[in-house]
Amino acid sequence: MLERVRGDANSVQLRDHLAVEQLEAWYGDSHVLHGVQFKVRPGEVLTLLGRNGAGKTTILKSVMGIIGKRTGSIQFEGQDISRASSDRIARLGIAFCPEERGIFSSLDVRENLMLPPQVRDGGLSLDKIFDLFPNLKERLTSQGTKLSGGEQQMLAIARILRTGAKFLMLDEPTEGLAPVIILQIGELIKRLKLSGYTILLVEQNFRFASTLADRFCVVEHGRIIDQFEASELPANMEKLHQYLGV
Amino acid sequence: MQALYAQLLVGLINGSFYALLSLGLAIIFGMLNIINFAHGALYMMGAFCAYFLLSVGGLSYWWALVLAPIVVGLFGILLERTMLQRLAGLDHLYGLLLTFGIALILQGVFQNYFGSSGLPYAIPDLLTGGVNLGFMYLPIYRGWVVIFSLAVCVATWFVIERTKFGAYLRAATENPTLVRAFGINVPRMIALTYGLGVGLAALAGVLSAPINQVRPLMGADLIIVVFAVVVIGGMGSIMGSIITGFTLGVIEGLTKYLYPEASNTVVFVLMVLVLLVKPTGLTGRAA
Ligand SMILES: Nc1ncnc2c1ncn2[C@@H]1O[C@H](COP(=O)(O)OP(=O)(O)O)[C@@H](O)[C@H]1O
Ligand SMILES: [Mg+2]
Repeated sequence: MLERVRGDANSVQLRDHLAVEQLEAWYGDSHVLHGVQFKVRPGEVLTLLGRNGAGKTTILKSVMGIIGKRTGSIQFEGQDISRASSDRIARLGIAFCPEERGIFSSLDVRENLMLPPQVRDGGLSLDKIFDLFPNLKERLTSQGTKLSGGEQQMLAIARILRTGAKFLMLDEPTEGLAPVIILQIGELIKRLKLSGYTILLVEQNFRFASTLADRFCVVEHGRIIDQFEASELPANMEKLHQYLGV
Repeated sequence: MQALYAQLLVGLINGSFYALLSLGLAIIFGMLNIINFAHGALYMMGAFCAYFLLSVGGLSYWWALVLAPIVVGLFGILLERTMLQRLAGLDHLYGLLLTFGIALILQGVFQNYFGSSGLPYAIPDLLTGGVNLGFMYLPIYRGWVVIFSLAVCVATWFVIERTKFGAYLRAATENPTLVRAFGINVPRMIALTYGLGVGLAALAGVLSAPINQVRPLMGADLIIVVFAVVVIGGMGSIMGSIITGFTLGVIEGLTKYLYPEASNTVVFVLMVLVLLVKPTGLTGRAA
């Protein structure tokens, strides 16, 4: 159903899809990120774990360029985007699904779905989107915010799949959703990964993340304090419980 | 009865101007969060633009209908890029003071060169004369103003509520940061939106030139009433601005017939009543 993403010549050779170094970020006077460092390899699912307020969302916002002030180096497909505006970053092929989902109430479902412009070839067609999200097809003329929480999350993901961006940042896509919906979103992310998307995922739901991620980074007080591969998970469980306080 | 119909027509004409102007104010407020006090001065510039096009360039009214909104709209974009843009994120008060200052400067400059009396602008040949409708005599130009304004209002509504550009505009009104993070050049859209709102004001200025003459203070008088209209209708809704504009024009006309002494104050009385009962305006959403 999902075709493999056609990587362009240079992304195939790319070692890191995204490389963040020495990232610092501020909200006004409040200094939130202190030298964040991590890399995302092409085609992998990297999950940022960490307690509430650790700085996970701020990391995504910094990559997207929607934070008051940021410094450090952010390389996307080998290009420095640490000073670029968010519209330019989006056009380079990064798509962002925010924590609060960002469904527009003054737009109907179709308009919400069609809003993000295509930034590259190879975005999903409407037919494929409706294959993946049959509910949306039924609700095209409803006001965006009249959808259920799960449907809004589906819509928020669906609309960035249309754009052709191959690097997705999903901020807590399962937050507040029913278990059956969480399962669907998990399935979706697996399929996206199989078709070659690179995914930077923020999750509090560790059990959910552990079934998807290739690697984990642990965020605490605005720093990456630990990282490991999915295969190293069992050995790290105890540490993780401490980090996350579960 | 003749007098009643005549006043209703005057009301509809005033209502056309109220609708065109408050529509622009609503669009601008939604996108820039600025209460555009320069709106009346830009309306005046639209009328002057028509005057210059004719007297200097020999270009007719029909050209002015197209060119004046573009010229004044571009001037608006220049204002936005050089000044208004810097107020993003600040309190409404700053935008209000800045645009009020711009209005005073523009009106002062025009007054300096053209005095306070009106310059005549003739009704285009095609629209002179009138028709007897049986129950009243309708000057063709006045009928044209009402119908054309209504058409422009509906077209603007259509663009905003039913097109892709309108979807961008509505979305950016709600959450500009996210719209930008989808790859849309929101700053450019904001400038265009200001140009669009200002262009509507200039268009109203052209329409009014043959009726009210061309005067530097023509907008200063009108804008006070238009702000009352906006307060009554609420800032949030496009259709609300249009309907409120026309309705209040008609109510004013009716008052002129029933109780002429109150015709200049009726809008303000309504404004006070609405503010007491529903401070966000009849169609407005809470800020
Ligand atoms: N808009 C904001 N203004 C000021 N401080 C903020 C803002 N958003 C988040 N913060 C602060 O930044 C820190 C990191 O927040 P965030 O990145 O949202 O954490 P997480 O996503 O890991 O829960 C927190 O201490 C939070 O209080
Ligand atoms: Mg968060």
